[in-house]
Amino acid sequence: MSAVEPLIGGAGDPAEVLLRDVRALDPRAGLDGRCDVLVSGGRVAEIGEPGSLAAAEGAETIDGQGRLALLPGFFDPHVHLRTPGQEHKEDIETGTRAAAAGGYAGVLAMPNTDPVLDSAPLLGSVREIAARRARIPVGFLASITRGLQGELLTEMAELAEAGAVGFTDDGRPVESAGMLRKALQYQRLCGGVLALHEEDRTLSRGGAMNEGAVSAALGIAGIPTIAESTMVARDAAIAGYEDGRVHFMHLSCESSVAAVAVAKEAGVRVSAEVSPHHLLLTDEDVRALDTRMKMHPPLTAEPDRQALIEGLRSGTIDCVATDHAPHARDEKEVPFEQAPMGTTGLETAFAALYTGLVEPGLMGLGLLVERLTAGAPLFGLPVARIAAGAPADLALVDLEARFVAGERGWESRSENCCFAGRTLQGRVLLTIAAGAVAHRDRTLEMVGA
Amino acid sequence: MNHLLSIEDLDRAAIERIVAQAERFAEVSDREIKKVPALRGRMVLNLFYEASTRTRSSFELAAKRLSADVVNFAASGSSVEKGESLKDTVLTLSAHKPDAIVLRTPWAGAAELVSRWCGAAIVNAGDGKHEHPTQALLDVYTLRRRLGSIDGASIWIVGDVAHSRVARSNILAFQRMGAKVTVAGPPTLIPRGIEQLGCEIRYTLDELHTADVVYALRMQRERMSETWVPSLREYASCYQIDGRRLGPSQVLMHPGPVNRGVELSGEVVDSPQAVITAQVEAGVVVRMAVLYELLAGSAAREGDAHAEQAGGAGAAHAGGEETAPPAMAARGMAAGGSA
Repeated sequence: MSAVEPLIGGAGDPAEVLLRDVRALDPRAGLDGRCDVLVSGGRVAEIGEPGSLAAAEGAETIDGQGRLALLPGFFDPHVHLRTPGQEHKEDIETGTRAAAAGGYAGVLAMPNTDPVLDSAPLLGSVREIAARRARIPVGFLASITRGLQGELLTEMAELAEAGAVGFTDDGRPVESAGMLRKALQYQRLCGGVLALHEEDRTLSRGGAMNEGAVSAALGIAGIPTIAESTMVARDAAIAGYEDGRVHFMHLSCESSVAAVAVAKEAGVRVSAEVSPHHLLLTDEDVRALDTRMKMHPPLTAEPDRQALIEGLRSGTIDCVATDHAPHARDEKEVPFEQAPMGTTGLETAFAALYTGLVEPGLMGLGLLVERLTAGAPLFGLPVARIAAGAPADLALVDLEARFVAGERGWESRSENCCFAGRTLQGRVLLTIAAGAVAHRDRTLEMVGA
Repeated sequence: MNHLLSIEDLDRAAIERIVAQAERFAEVSDREIKKVPALRGRMVLNLFYEASTRTRSSFELAAKRLSADVVNFAASGSSVEKGESLKDTVLTLSAHKPDAIVLRTPWAGAAELVSRWCGAAIVNAGDGKHEHPTQALLDVYTLRRRLGSIDGASIWIVGDVAHSRVARSNILAFQRMGAKVTVAGPPTLIPRGIEQLGCEIRYTLDELHTADVVYALRMQRERMSETWVPSLREYASCYQIDGRRLGPSQVLMHPGPVNRGVELSGEVVDSPQAVITAQVEAGVVVRMAVLYELLAGSAAREGDAHAEQAGGAGAAHAGGEETAPPAMAARGMAAGGSA
């Protein structure tokens, strides 16, 4: 195990806040009801009947009026913070500010930066930046192979010692089955989850969107869903053989969900994530060739979307991950086929999912919150709790507030959000991460006092 | 109509209006002086990001016959090679206030994107493998001249459908005009889901004899290196339109340039069934009609509508008077126009 704290940054002044008469909901604690929650010294100090608790002198009181929902702070195991090397898209500060605005109390950053996060000294220096700049705690995954080249393993043991939470070549698949097998064997020494971007490039090469009726009509080369699902099945088999621990990133299609279900049924130690955009959008949304709809894996067809929702409900898919992938305006303001893959997602994830899944009755709020926080334990990190004595990782949400995504700009440095312009419901008003106030919505005072 | 971006944006009436207009312009091409002053003082910018002599010169000729000024801008050897983005190129060239930009790019949707960045009328002269709407319009025009009507005709589009913007525009345009479209070719080059455009799919030419029109697509040599088909020889043996496969009453079309001996045998190219040179000829008059429709057509129709409201006696307003060529002013531009 690592010799240093896996999550770093986000340590501000401990919050001193009384959240009066809020609807506190923590699915793991079986908690869903009106109460007062006192945050003090960076911890949930006390939970009591509505109106029963008093704030200490000088502490802030926010009145939830029995209406505002207090949730455990979300955890995103898959974001791109772009530091080092691509700070024109995002950096650790803007990326974690975006996360805090979305109700997140922790994120894991991907190593496909420039240079690639593939050595301990580099990891150390990025963690130093995070310690100073991150608004919320950040963990880092290191790459599985040096430079993401798929040819040589990174010094995984040293990286784990230096704080790598896990390993991934995200953005690219580990093409060689032999290489993945070696990494899984080595995992016995160094620990750490191997997070896999699944894509058979002999099937996906040249493609810019999902293969189907829409790609046929647009004349854009399609990526078939089997490019992902065949690799999920292959790697589940390798993980099973080596008794390794793998996490499948951004599942996008029905056949991948089925492959994960088979692996879990067989007792293989696999987990999986899905993004809000794959749960809520389809390749029909690509028809207008808006480059914000271009991501990897691509938006798929409606039956795939339904299978992803069902997979998330059933638990075949363990958690939601945004795959927050910021790109600069000039990079995205080009013809669709030229544009880089990726959408931002941290600031809209909760509201988009609340609007698209909870409001129509496809999923209960409690289950959604469970899936928005489940990423942490998958990587061996503590899960946020609303319980007396627990560290304060909290999101206060107005479930009735409707807003147009992006109407007030973004905390992220980039604006390539696939939900921009859509009316969403469920605004995050306050985020407390690692005991400190990380985000405060500008409308909070109006509803709070 | 502000732009011509996709056949999808055109209903049957709009296609017929452009074809009818092209028929009127065909008379101009037969004159000794092949020029009308319809677009005098207007500027047409040809912006080509792909090598193209045929389409570009066809547009150039069309614009010149309408008396427009033409500027050609080819991406090779230009600021584009210095890394200028499409947006910046368009904004820069827009400073010259072109009335229309004819745009050819290797990227789907680029024409629509450009239409949001500048005030000029945009004509899509090919956006990646997506669409090539003026090709489809000239093909409709050519077929109407040959067959009279396309309604109910069976049209087979044969070859590399996957990489063909011509195929996509023509599937839509032929269907809009009442034809039944079948696409045929190697399964590796028929995109999954294309049938949702309303066409039938065949992987052999066994039923080709049922077609009234055979539209062969160009088989590009680079598809070999990408192993879409095992060899040109095998492609030709399975899909080449030759004297054995082409019936005497069938019409043969091809968007050019032809690979003799690959998708077409030499004999059928030279056969009376082939309308390939007629297609090239149609290119100019149809593109004249498109430019006219975009830059003067609606103004002319409005002018006529005003004139008709006033009892048909008065002259069209200044815009209509100035822009309508004599032959058309006499016939009345409102005839085909349903505003």
